[in-house]
Amino acid sequence: MALHIGFPRALIYYTHFPFWQAYFNRLGIEIVTSPLTTKAILDDGAREAVADACIPIKLYHGHVLTLKDKVDAIFIPRMVRTNKRATFCPKFLGLPDMVRATLAHLPPIIDLQVDAGRGLWGLWPTCRGLAELLGCSLWRAWSAYREGRHHQHAYQKLLLAGYLPLQAMAKLRGEAVEAPAREPGALKLAVLGYPYQVYDQYISLDIIGKLKKMGVNVWTMEMVHPARLYRLSSRLPKRLFWHFSNLVLGATYHYLQQGNIDGIIHVTAFGCGPDAMVDKIMELDIRKLSRGQLPFMSVSIDEQTGDAGITTRLEAFVDMLHQRRGNR
Amino acid sequence: MKKVSFAHMGYSYLGFKQLVEDMGFEAVVPPSPSPATLDRGVTYAPEYACIPFKMVLGTYLEVLERGAEMIITSGGVGPCRAGLYGMMHERILRNLGFNFEIFIFDPPLTGLWPFFIKLRRILKAAGLSWLAFVDVVRRAWAKLKLLDELEQLATSIRPYELKRGETTRTFHSCLKIVDQARTLQELAAAREECRQLLQNIPRDTGRRPLKVGIVGEIYVLLEPFMNLEIEKTLGEMGVVTHRSIYLTQYTATDVLARGAQDVRQLAHPYLNQFVGGHGQNSVGETILYARNGFDGVIQLSPFTCIPEIVAKSILPRVSRDLGIPILSLTIDEQTGRAGVETRLEAFVDLLRQRREQMEARSNAALLPGY
Repeated sequence: MALHIGFPRALIYYTHFPFWQAYFNRLGIEIVTSPLTTKAILDDGAREAVADACIPIKLYHGHVLTLKDKVDAIFIPRMVRTNKRATFCPKFLGLPDMVRATLAHLPPIIDLQVDAGRGLWGLWPTCRGLAELLGCSLWRAWSAYREGRHHQHAYQKLLLAGYLPLQAMAKLRGEAVEAPAREPGALKLAVLGYPYQVYDQYISLDIIGKLKKMGVNVWTMEMVHPARLYRLSSRLPKRLFWHFSNLVLGATYHYLQQGNIDGIIHVTAFGCGPDAMVDKIMELDIRKLSRGQLPFMSVSIDEQTGDAGITTRLEAFVDMLHQRRGNR
Repeated sequence: MKKVSFAHMGYSYLGFKQLVEDMGFEAVVPPSPSPATLDRGVTYAPEYACIPFKMVLGTYLEVLERGAEMIITSGGVGPCRAGLYGMMHERILRNLGFNFEIFIFDPPLTGLWPFFIKLRRILKAAGLSWLAFVDVVRRAWAKLKLLDELEQLATSIRPYELKRGETTRTFHSCLKIVDQARTLQELAAAREECRQLLQNIPRDTGRRPLKVGIVGEIYVLLEPFMNLEIEKTLGEMGVVTHRSIYLTQYTATDVLARGAQDVRQLAHPYLNQFVGGHGQNSVGETILYARNGFDGVIQLSPFTCIPEIVAKSILPRVSRDLGIPILSLTIDEQTGRAGVETRLEAFVDLLRQRREQMEARSNAALLPGY
């Protein structure tokens, strides 16, 4: 029987899953993802994880729990760097250790380090380590690595074309997905935030879906090339230390420069360390660079946040934007 | 003369005050942190910034209003947020309409050249030669070392004092003596005098105090106002505390060198990755305290501190494996003194009972042949 490896549907799932799925599948290993987030998963995670952690970390613990008895091993890579310029948030750096110390009776955890900032080889050193661990030949690992990169490129391309991550993954799997459509003349909103926060439909309370229902065209940071985001984020006198934070700030500057959007919404998690900085910089810089002309709303979410509250705030924001348009 | 200020961190302000004054600036000494300072910081800081950020922002607001024109502070290399605090403070304060110069020094090992350039600009403004500067730094460093030494001595004497509160009173009069001393000779004399004063405190050496290690984030460890004077409180409950971080020791190992490798090495079985700040150190030092026969460990961390959250989720496992009780205290602007004291008392009671139980069991034995 083929080996089954679990991949929790949280955190780096939204950015790196296509690569790892293709890589493992090519090696003849089946990838088991956890189900879509439900209240039970979040509650389980919040009960087990350390109380001060942010909601995405608690959720990750919940997803690991759902996989616990179903797989032969769980893949929790230690994400350190994916480029030379920034690391991940310390909670990503310590993630495998946190999970191991907090949850009992887990299957083996594969916690190889991803530190692509060290050499020119990107994810290959991690893949080579995995191959050694799993007893595959280097040659097979290399072709699996190539396949993974291929899939990741295809995924990136779909994201840049305007697909949302879950749709893009469905399309990669060969399912029929509607091409992203933009309604001409509708409001344009940039919804920025960490992918694991914005695209998890349960913990983001489906902000993007709600906005679409209100007839708003939504733009996100995945629709801009990461290299451009990094270039723009270096406007700060000191670059932020964290990968996703740089992307969010870069996207803020990108949409500010474009000048054709009606407002920016920042989705953040209660107690998110990096976002304490990012949110303040966004607030100050959006006001300064747009001379106070661009509406900005910051939505902070925790496990107590109610659906109705978010709907009211979004409706009020969108109404306000409609009025502004009417007045101009 | 330019008015220069800096952040308040424990008793180090005496050393920095001398450094700034000897360089020929006028020092605007930051006021001791108070609830009012904190409130001002909280007003303008991001909600989820950690309490050191808010406190330092409040301090800057106060010194700027008292006329400071230049602020000297430290940077950092991440991934702890503290490395960005200089930049964030500057942006928030400028946005409020303050006009000032700020010098943010990153650790020299991460970039000797920017460090050198910044230093040269400051020296130029001060009209000081490099040679004179070396002398100034040497004296300030000696003062900082002396302050750390006296604090350590006071902490080790406090649990034995006969009259409650006397050590703290004597320590504060020592601070005044140290403040007066400026040259190396005067500092040596002050050292003798203060040591004498502290040693002469009447003590009951028959006591057997509990031993508790304190680990955690540097600012809440060093600033007595932030940790609600935890060392004094515990000391007066009759507990010997050992703090894992002192400013001069930290500067020597972590700012000017590559960090305390042996402590991080100890943490490896539990946390095999540097997570910024003192996260890995907190785990390593807890293991060290457990090995050295301490009765318990207290972890202090500011609310939302990322490295300490990582450590906090790992410490229960360390506690189970090594059999050492650990109390994690998270501190934010809502933390009240009474609440913390109650928790400390409960923790100390638990440690006492545990020790009695272990001692009672230590003379249990099986008769030969069973």
